[in-house]
Amino acid sequence: MILTLAMRNLFHDRIRLIVTLVGILFSIVLVAVQLGLYLGAKRMIVDMIDNAQGELWITTYGAKSFEEGGMILTPRERHAALATPGVKAVIPLVVTFAEWRKPGGGSTNSVLVGTNPEDGGLAPWGIIEGDAKSISAPDAVLVDKSYLQDLGINGVGDTAQIEQGRVRVSGLTDGIRSFTMAPYIFTTANRARTLMGIPGENSSFFLVQLQPDANVETVRAELKSKLNGTEVLSKAEFRERSLDQWLFSTGAGVALIGGAILGLIVGVVIVAQTLYSSTKDHLNEFATLRALGSTSGYIIKVILAQAALSAVLGYVLGMAISMVVVAFSGQTALPILMTPGLALFLFAITLGMCAISAVSAIVKVTKIDPAMVFGR
Amino acid sequence: MTAAIVMQATDIVKDLGFGAGKVRALKGVSVSLNAGELTLLMGPSGSGKTTLLSILGCILAPTEGRVVVGGESIEGLGPEQLAAVRRRHIGFIFQSYNLFPTLNAMENVRLALDVRGMKSPETLVRAEQALRDVGLGHRLRSYPRNMSGGEQQRVAVARALAGAPSVILADEPTAALDSENGQSVMALLQELAKDKTRAVLAVTHDSRTIPYADRIIRIEDGKIVGEERPAQARENISQINTKRKRKANV
Repeated sequence: MILTLAMRNLFHDRIRLIVTLVGILFSIVLVAVQLGLYLGAKRMIVDMIDNAQGELWITTYGAKSFEEGGMILTPRERHAALATPGVKAVIPLVVTFAEWRKPGGGSTNSVLVGTNPEDGGLAPWGIIEGDAKSISAPDAVLVDKSYLQDLGINGVGDTAQIEQGRVRVSGLTDGIRSFTMAPYIFTTANRARTLMGIPGENSSFFLVQLQPDANVETVRAELKSKLNGTEVLSKAEFRERSLDQWLFSTGAGVALIGGAILGLIVGVVIVAQTLYSSTKDHLNEFATLRALGSTSGYIIKVILAQAALSAVLGYVLGMAISMVVVAFSGQTALPILMTPGLALFLFAITLGMCAISAVSAIVKVTKIDPAMVFGR
Repeated sequence: MTAAIVMQATDIVKDLGFGAGKVRALKGVSVSLNAGELTLLMGPSGSGKTTLLSILGCILAPTEGRVVVGGESIEGLGPEQLAAVRRRHIGFIFQSYNLFPTLNAMENVRLALDVRGMKSPETLVRAEQALRDVGLGHRLRSYPRNMSGGEQQRVAVARALAGAPSVILADEPTAALDSENGQSVMALLQELAKDKTRAVLAVTHDSRTIPYADRIIRIEDGKIVGEERPAQARENISQINTKRKRKANV
């Protein structure tokens, strides 16, 4: 009967129900978009690190992220690392911001990623045209199809300029997005150095692959002792550092999480207000229940059931709209990510939000004087 | 044979309000309700009827005095314990019926049983039986808005009856009804009171209800000022009249 009563109370006033559902829906969509953007941003930031085949990263001291690694690692450090017991390979990566000059005029910022496909360190993925090895061809670069318009090109075969050097698009990827909005441009390490005028064989990072029987921590300690002025990071540490730089040092992540919290607050306020006014309207009925001998717990359950029903309905509607937004964002430079975990989390916070919203209504009913049912 | 007392209130004092605004609403009231009787509590407005009803209904705790219902004293009980006593022993009928407008007749009665912790199959059977007992077998699925005042009050009676309480307390049960429906509800209460395990008390100032009462308690200014048994009075009057007629014939 608790559920029946809660449902009838809820559906009794359709206008109020609509206001409640709009409140929850608005809140869910806002939180879903903000957290989806956060997850999308997170994925963009760590995609390169996650797709790199190596247990350890040698970076310049204080390197903040994948995009800001500097260019001062020399072959001396690489050879020292290679001579360390347990190390199978040390793969140089050249990563730097670069000016992409569009063939039709104008320029845009890009991130040049110099990697040799035969090294097996960091190869472009999600290739939809051409192949990873095609970047070994003269002037060849690989770009993501979602940035074609930004780069002022139409597809494979088009040419442009990076800094002073000519490049030709030899292949396209799908799904390699950049959080900095500067598209990733894949080419070989040597061509990257040439294009950017980097002296010798300097690199941004060395990706360290270990022998199968090597102990990661032992090798890491050995590398640290050998390589002054560098840092040796695990994949997880480098991910954290990149996330910290882009999401928190820049304030972007804080803004996204702040937006999500704001969405929750808006939801709580709207739902609390409608639940409270609904409870107030049904106060005489709750007093009657109390007079009939119901426990406070019984009445609280009715209110919580009302809140839970609102939450479920609002969640279903909110998620439906969120999924449409997610689908539309898929082709934009800032995709919103919806994972099963996020969907579950959203459901949990919707229930939580509605439960918190029910507090004022619960406080109201626990103060009911059942004697008010007499003489009315 | 003396009827069993199912509720006993002794020397009840009730103060309402605080400080300078404090009012003594009941000034040492003693009332007992007997099984198998319909008792009317009558008195003018402000006499303390509703306060006494609230105390007998275990909704208010008395300032002084003792209430025993179904053998249980309510002395020192908190709100939740009082609610438990109400669930076990008391059924209420309200002046404005106090039905849940979003629930149909069956659901209204079942709710009162659900509150008592009864399981669904049993509530269905008992609610239907209670509604049939008050003559609403044909209105089980009707909503209050589609029922007359008399029918709504019958649903309220069924709701009070369904939990098989030892005491049914009715607050002005005919006040919102026309004469015909009022008499019909009183006849129903009279019928319910014939059950030797149950007492019925109705607070009223409707004099049309008097013929249905087994006993009338009069309250004024927070004190019991009189108690009468109309049937006995009628019988006494009838006996006196008979004697007079015999004398005259002789």
